[in-house]
Amino acid sequence: MSSNTPSSSAGGVGSADSAAPRRNSKRPKYSKFTQQELPACKPILTPRWVISAFMLVSIVFIPIGVVSLFASRDVVEIIDRYETECVPENLRDNKVSFIQSDANKTCTRKLRVKKLMKQPIYVYYQLDNFYQNHRRYVKSRSDSQLKDNSSWNDVSSCKPEDMSNGQAIVPCGLIAWSLFNDTYNFSLNNQQLEVNKRGISWKSDRDSKFGNDVFPRNFQNGTLIGGKTLDPTVPLSKQEDLIVWMRTAALPTFRKLYGKIERDLQPNETIHVTLENNYNTYSFNGKKKLVLSTTSWLGGKNDFLGIAYLTVGGLCFFLALSFTVVYLLKPRQLGDPSYLSWNRNPGGH
Amino acid sequence: MGGGRRRNLLMSKIYGLGCGKASFKEDHSQIGGPGFSRVVHCNEPSSFEAGIHSYSDNYVSTTKYNVATFLPKSLFEQFRRVANFYFLVTGILSFTALAPYSAVSAIVPLIIVIGATMMKEGVEDWRRKQQDNEVNNRKTKVHRGDGNFDHTEWKNLRVGDIVKVEKDEFFPTDLLLLASSYDDAVCYVETMNLDGETNLKLKQALEVTSSLHDDYNFRDFKAVIKCEDPNANLYTFVGTMEFEEQQYPLSPQQLLLRDSKLRNTDYVYGAVVFTGHDTKVMQNATDPPSKRSKIEKQMDLIIYLMFGIVFVMGFIGSIFFGIETDNDLENGRIRRRWYLRPDNSDIFFDPRRAPAAAIYHFLTALLLYSYFIPISLYVSIEIVKVLQSIFINQDIHMYYEETDKPAHARTSNLNEELGQVDTILSDKTGTLTCNSMEFIKCSVAGTAYGRGVTEVERAMDRKKGSPVREQNGLNHVEDSADTPAIKGFNFKDERIMNGNWVNEPRADVIQKFFRLLAICHTAIPEVDEETGKISYEAESPDEAAFVIAARVLGFEFHNRTQTSISLHELDPISRRTVDRSYKLLNVIEFNSTRKRMSVIVRDEEGKILLLSKGADSVMFEMLAKSGRDFEEDTREHMNDYADAGLRTLVLAYRELSENEYKVFNEKFTEAKNSVSAERETLIDEVADTIERDLILLGATAVEDKLQNGVPDCIDKLAQAGIKLWVLTGDKMETAINIGYACSLLRQGMKQIIITLDAPEIQSLEKTGDKNAIIKASRKSVLEQIASGKTQLSALSAMSEAFALIIDGKSLAYALEDDMKQSFLDLAIGCASVICCRSSPKQKALVTRLVKTGTGKTTLAIGDGANDVGMLQEADIGIGISGVEGMQAVMSSDIAIAQFRYLERLLLVHGHWCYRRISSMICYFFYKNIAFGFTIFLYEVYSSFSAQPAYNDWYLSLYNVFFSSLPVIAMGVFDQDVSARFCLKFPLLYQEGVQNVLFSWRRIVSWMFNGFYSAIIIFYFCFRALEKPAFNDDGKTASRDIFTGTMYTCIVWVVNLQLALSISYFTLIQHIVIWGSIGFWYLFQVVYGYLPPSFSTDAYRVFVEALAPAPSYWFITLFVVIATLIPYFLYNAIQMRFFPMYHGMIQWIRHEGLSDDPAYVEMVRQRSIRPTTVGFTARRAASRREASQRRN
Repeated sequence: MSSNTPSSSAGGVGSADSAAPRRNSKRPKYSKFTQQELPACKPILTPRWVISAFMLVSIVFIPIGVVSLFASRDVVEIIDRYETECVPENLRDNKVSFIQSDANKTCTRKLRVKKLMKQPIYVYYQLDNFYQNHRRYVKSRSDSQLKDNSSWNDVSSCKPEDMSNGQAIVPCGLIAWSLFNDTYNFSLNNQQLEVNKRGISWKSDRDSKFGNDVFPRNFQNGTLIGGKTLDPTVPLSKQEDLIVWMRTAALPTFRKLYGKIERDLQPNETIHVTLENNYNTYSFNGKKKLVLSTTSWLGGKNDFLGIAYLTVGGLCFFLALSFTVVYLLKPRQLGDPSYLSWNRNPGGH
Repeated sequence: MGGGRRRNLLMSKIYGLGCGKASFKEDHSQIGGPGFSRVVHCNEPSSFEAGIHSYSDNYVSTTKYNVATFLPKSLFEQFRRVANFYFLVTGILSFTALAPYSAVSAIVPLIIVIGATMMKEGVEDWRRKQQDNEVNNRKTKVHRGDGNFDHTEWKNLRVGDIVKVEKDEFFPTDLLLLASSYDDAVCYVETMNLDGETNLKLKQALEVTSSLHDDYNFRDFKAVIKCEDPNANLYTFVGTMEFEEQQYPLSPQQLLLRDSKLRNTDYVYGAVVFTGHDTKVMQNATDPPSKRSKIEKQMDLIIYLMFGIVFVMGFIGSIFFGIETDNDLENGRIRRRWYLRPDNSDIFFDPRRAPAAAIYHFLTALLLYSYFIPISLYVSIEIVKVLQSIFINQDIHMYYEETDKPAHARTSNLNEELGQVDTILSDKTGTLTCNSMEFIKCSVAGTAYGRGVTEVERAMDRKKGSPVREQNGLNHVEDSADTPAIKGFNFKDERIMNGNWVNEPRADVIQKFFRLLAICHTAIPEVDEETGKISYEAESPDEAAFVIAARVLGFEFHNRTQTSISLHELDPISRRTVDRSYKLLNVIEFNSTRKRMSVIVRDEEGKILLLSKGADSVMFEMLAKSGRDFEEDTREHMNDYADAGLRTLVLAYRELSENEYKVFNEKFTEAKNSVSAERETLIDEVADTIERDLILLGATAVEDKLQNGVPDCIDKLAQAGIKLWVLTGDKMETAINIGYACSLLRQGMKQIIITLDAPEIQSLEKTGDKNAIIKASRKSVLEQIASGKTQLSALSAMSEAFALIIDGKSLAYALEDDMKQSFLDLAIGCASVICCRSSPKQKALVTRLVKTGTGKTTLAIGDGANDVGMLQEADIGIGISGVEGMQAVMSSDIAIAQFRYLERLLLVHGHWCYRRISSMICYFFYKNIAFGFTIFLYEVYSSFSAQPAYNDWYLSLYNVFFSSLPVIAMGVFDQDVSARFCLKFPLLYQEGVQNVLFSWRRIVSWMFNGFYSAIIIFYFCFRALEKPAFNDDGKTASRDIFTGTMYTCIVWVVNLQLALSISYFTLIQHIVIWGSIGFWYLFQVVYGYLPPSFSTDAYRVFVEALAPAPSYWFITLFVVIATLIPYFLYNAIQMRFFPMYHGMIQWIRHEGLSDDPAYVEMVRQRSIRPTTVGFTARRAASRREASQRRN
C-alpha cells in the first residue's frame, strides 16, 4: 500500500527546469496532479487482505447477531387474528354484507399471557393486504389543510373525498376518510386495563404537520362513510389515531400503534378484549390482527436481523477459513498467464 | 531593391519546363460560361466591378456555432441523443397529472445536466475560434497603392489584391503568380501541406508579367482575370488574363495555392484569385466528420437495452395494474378496495376503464423508471473526457522542447478509442522520418568506415542493455540535437576525416570513391555570395547528402555548367586543395527499372570515366571479373547496413576507351533523340551496353533520418500487438528502406511485392491502349494477390513473417470492390504492410478498407495535408504538429509533436482512458439499476400503482449528488497500473484492443450485479422492517422510514462498490467517496429541516426517527456488507486465481518483483503472441538464424 512515484519522471523534470525557462513556453507545468502521479494507495486483494476482511466481518457480525437475536427473544408478543372469528358463524359466508350492516359488531377475545410482559406494552392493529402505499391513496391528502386552519379550503388534492354537501372536508382525502375504526377494550380479571393513546405518534407530526387550531369539520358527512369519525372539538394535533394512520405504511402488511398499556402482565394471566369489529377488510380479503408486544432496545420481535447477522458472519468465517486452506494448499504461481483470454486461442483475434 | 537577387541563373533552362504548357484551347472556350464565371480585377479590389461580385473575404472559420446559432443548434445536438430526448419527454410529461413525482424535481437535474454539456460545447467552440484567429491574423504584405506594400492580416485580403510573399512564407490565398525574384518569373513551391510531396514544384508566371520585379511596378498595374469558379481540384486551373488589351491563357502553372510555401525564391508577387473558403485547400477540407468512439456506440446499445428493460417493466406493471384496478369494482357496484373509492375515480385509476388506466399507467411507469437511465451519464462522460484531455495536453512526457509543442487533444470524444487501436496507418515523410538524409557510413575497398550510430542501432543497444544504459538513452535526444553540425552529414571516422584518408592503405580507392560521389549526381550548387558557403539543391535529399559528404571529405563540388562539373579536390600526393574540372559528357539518369545512375565524364588528363552508383541488386551483376576484389566484404557490410536500417548504394566505375565511348555516344544520342514510344527502352538498352565490366569501389550507407525514438516506439507498439501500416507517397525503394530502418522489415522476412512494373505491362503502356492496360493490370494484380495468399497459407504454419509491399498503381486495382476483400485478407496476414506511391485518396481508401473490412479500430497518423483524408477517415486521426503547416493538425483529433509520443499516447493514456471510461459506464448502469430496480420492487408491493419508493428529491438527486462525483473521480483518476508499468508491459494494451473490459459479458455482469444488489437491499430492508416496531418506543416503520433506510443502504452500497472496484486511491477518491456518503446524511438533516410543505414526507425523518434508532444503523451495516460480499468474493477469487493481465502486473508490483528482470521477462514472454515486427523480433530472428546455422 505504498505510494509509488517513479523516480525517472522526477529526473526528467529536473533537467527540464535547468533549461532556461523560456518566455511563452507552452511546456506543461509539472505537478503531480497533471502528471497523474498523485500519491495513492493501490490496494490489491492479497490473500492476507481477503482473509482479514472476511475475518473482520465475521468478528463484527457474529456478536451483533447474537446481541440482536437476544434482544428479539426478549420481546414478548401476543398476536390474535380476529377478522373471521368476530363475524357470527352464520354470517361468515357473506362477511362483507355483515360488516356493512348495522348489526352489533362487538366481539370478545381472550388473550393468554405466556411470559412476563414488562410495561410499556404496545398495542397494535395489523392489517393485511391493505395498500396504504397505493399512489392514489398516498396522494389523497392535503398537508396544508392539516397544518393550517386558514387553508381549510385547500382540498384540491383530496378527490374524491374533498367536498361533501358543497363544503370542504377537514381532514380531507382518502387516507383520513378510511381511518381505522376498530376499537379495543382490555380487561384483566374484570378490571379495565387502561390504554394510553398519547405519544403513539411522532412528535414532529403533532408539532408541525397537524395544526392545533385545526378541527375536524364536515367529516364523514357524505353518503359513503369510510372509517372512524372524529370528535370535532379536538384539534387534529391531538387526534393521535389519525396522525398515526396518516403516516402511511410502506408495505401492504403493516402494524400501527393503537396505544400503550402501562403495567406489567404476568405469565398465565388472561386478558379479555372487547372489540368493536367495524373496519371493513372483508371486501379485499384483508386480515386483521391485534398485537400486544413489548419492545427491546432494538425494537419489536424480529429474529431476522439477528439470524441474518449470524448467517453472514458465519459465512464470512467459513470463507476466511476456506481461503486460508486454499492458499496454503495451492499457492499459485504468480503471473501465470495461461488464463489470459488472448492466450487461449493463439493467433486468434 | 533586388540586391538580394541571386545569380541570374535561368532555372527554366536546366529543368525542362515544357511539360506545363500543353494547349488549353478547348478548356478556355468555357470561360465566362457556367462554372467559369469568376472575374478578378487585379489591383483594384475595392473598385465598382469588384463590388458586384462580392467574393467572400479571406476569413476562415472552422467553428460549429456562432452567437446566434449556439442555443438552438447545441440544444438540438443535445436532444438528438436518445437518452436526453427521453428525459426531455419525461420532463415535459412530469408537468401533467401522469407524473408520479413533482415536475421541479424532474426538471432541475435535466437543466443541470444539459447546461453543463452546453457549457462544454461552448468552451470547445471558443477554443476553435481562437485557433482560427491565429491563422486569420497572420501577416502578409499587400499592395496599398502607389507601389507601397504594407503588412496586413490574412483575413483582410480581398480578391484582386496584389500580395508580396517572401521566402519561406505560406501563401495566404490562392494567388496568380505575376512575377518573382528570378528574371524568368519562376518560383519554387513546396506543396507538402497539400499533397505531402516534399520535392519542390516549379511555377512560372506568364511572360508578359515577368518583368514586374519591384514594388513600384505595381503602381499602375491593371489586369482582369477570368477563371473557373472555386472547386476542390488541386491540379486544374482554367482562366485567362486580360493584360494590356491582350488575352493570355492561364494554367495551373501560374496558380500558387494557399498553404503551400515559397521556397528558394526571395519573393513573388501574386494577385489574389480565391480567398477564404473559396481556396482550393479549403474546398478540399470536408467538414470534419464527428467521430464517436466504439465504446460510445456500444453504450448507445446499452441504453437501448435499458429502454427495453424499462418498457418491459412498465408493461408488466401496467398489466398487473390493469388487472388489480379492474378488480376493484365488481359488477360496477361492489367496491373491493373501498378505501380507494374505485366507484368515484378519475381516468388514471378508474376500474370501469381499466385498459385506459393501464395505458396511462404505462406512461407513468416510464416516468418513474426513468431512473434506470443514468441522466448524468453523458455529462459525466463528457466532463471526464475533458479532464482526460487536459491530462493528455499536460503530459510533460509528450512535450517537445524543440518546437515548444505539447500534445493537444483537439476533440475529447476519442480518448478511450486510443486504448483500442488495432492498426496504425502511418504516413512516412515527416511522421516516421524527418525527411533528411544523413551520410553515415561507407564501405570502401572492403573496409567499413563510419562510427556513427543509427537510431535503429541505438534502439537495439538500449534494448540489450541494462536499465542503466536505458537512462543514458534518455539523453540521446540532446546528443543528436547538437551533432549534425552539417545538415545531412553524420559521419564520424577519424581514419578518413580531416584528410586522413590519404594515409589509408587503399587511398587510391578512397579518392575515386569520394570523387565519384562528388561527380555522379544531378545536384546544383548555390553559392551564398556573402559568406561563400555552398549549399546544394538536389532532387532528393540523399543525393544532397552524398555531395555534402564528398565536400567534407575533401571533394567540394562548387560549380556546374551545362557541360562541366568543377571540384575543389584534395590531392593525395601534394596534400593541397586543387581545382579540377570534369567535362560532363553524358548523364544516364536514374529510374526505377534501372535502379542506378551513371555519368560519363572526361577528366583533366583526358581519361573518359563512367561513374555509376546504384542498388546492389543490379550493380553486383555489372561488375567486371577483375573488379570484384572487395565484393565479399562489401556485401557483408551492406547487409549490416541494411540491418541497421540504412539506405545503401553500390559505387563502381570504369574507364572507357575513346572508341568505346564514341560508339556509345552515337547510339545514345540517337536513342535520346528518338521520338518513338520506345525511347525509354532504347536509352536503357544503350546504357546497358556501356554499364558493364565495372570495378567496385565500395558502398555508401545513408540514414533516412528517422525521427527520434521511432524504432523504439514501433517496437513497443508491435509488442502491444498493434499493427503498423506505412502509407507513403514515396518510391518503393525508399519505402522499403524505411521499412528496414524502423524494423518493419528485416532480413529473412518474406516480402510479397505487388507492383505493375512487369515488362509486359510496361510494353502495353507504350501502346497507349487504355482498356488493354487496365485489363492486364487488373489481372496481374489479382494474380499477385492470389499467389501471395497461397504463399501465406503455405508458410504461415512455420511462423514465418511476411511483409506486403504494394505500389500505388497496383493499389488502385487492389482497392476495387471485387478485389479489396482478398487484398485485405492478404494484408492482414502479413506482419507489415507498406503502400508506396499512394495518393491521398488511396490513403483514405486504404484506411476505410481496414476500418470497415476488419471492424477494428484504426488510427491514422500524418503530418501533411495529403494525410487529411486518411486522418478523417480513420477512427482516430493523429496529426503531427511539425514545422510544416497546420493542415493535418487542423483535421486531426489529437495532435502530437513527434511520432514517438504515440507510444505514450496509446499505451498509457489510451489504456487508462479506455479502462476508465469502460469501467465508468459499466458502473453507471450498475448504480442506476441498483437504484431503479428497488423502485420497481417497491412497485410490486404497492399494487403496481407507480408510487415512487422515495421522496421526489431523493429520486432526482441520486444521480446528481449522491453517486456522481465518485464515478467521475474514477473516470478521471483511476489507474490500474502506473504509466511505468504500462510501458513496461505493452501487451497490457491488448485489453483494450480485444475489448476485454467492455465486453457484453462484463457489461451484463455489472447489470446483473445491479439487479442483484437491488434485490438484496430491498428484501433485507423489507424483512427487517416489515411489521414489528423498529425502535424501542414501539413505533413501526412507515413508508418514509422504510424508504429512507433503503436509500441509505443504496448510497452506501454504490459508493463502497466503487471503492472496491477502483485500484488507485488518491486523496481525491477518499474525499468524493466518503464525501458523497457524508453528504447524504447531511442532506437528510438539512432537507428534513425544511418546512414540511417542501420536504413532505422526509420532514425530520432522519433526525427524529432514523438516527436515534439502533436498528437503522444495524440494518445499514448489515445490508451494505451483505450486498458487497459476493462481489468481493468474486474479485478475490479472480484476482488470485484468474487474474487479468493488469491484475498480474499489479501482483508483480505488489510483490516487488518488478526489479527482477528474469521474472518480468517471464511474464512478458509467456504471455506474448510472437511479435513479428520491431527490433525485438528482429533480434530474435537473427538469433534463431544463427543457431540454425550452427546446427
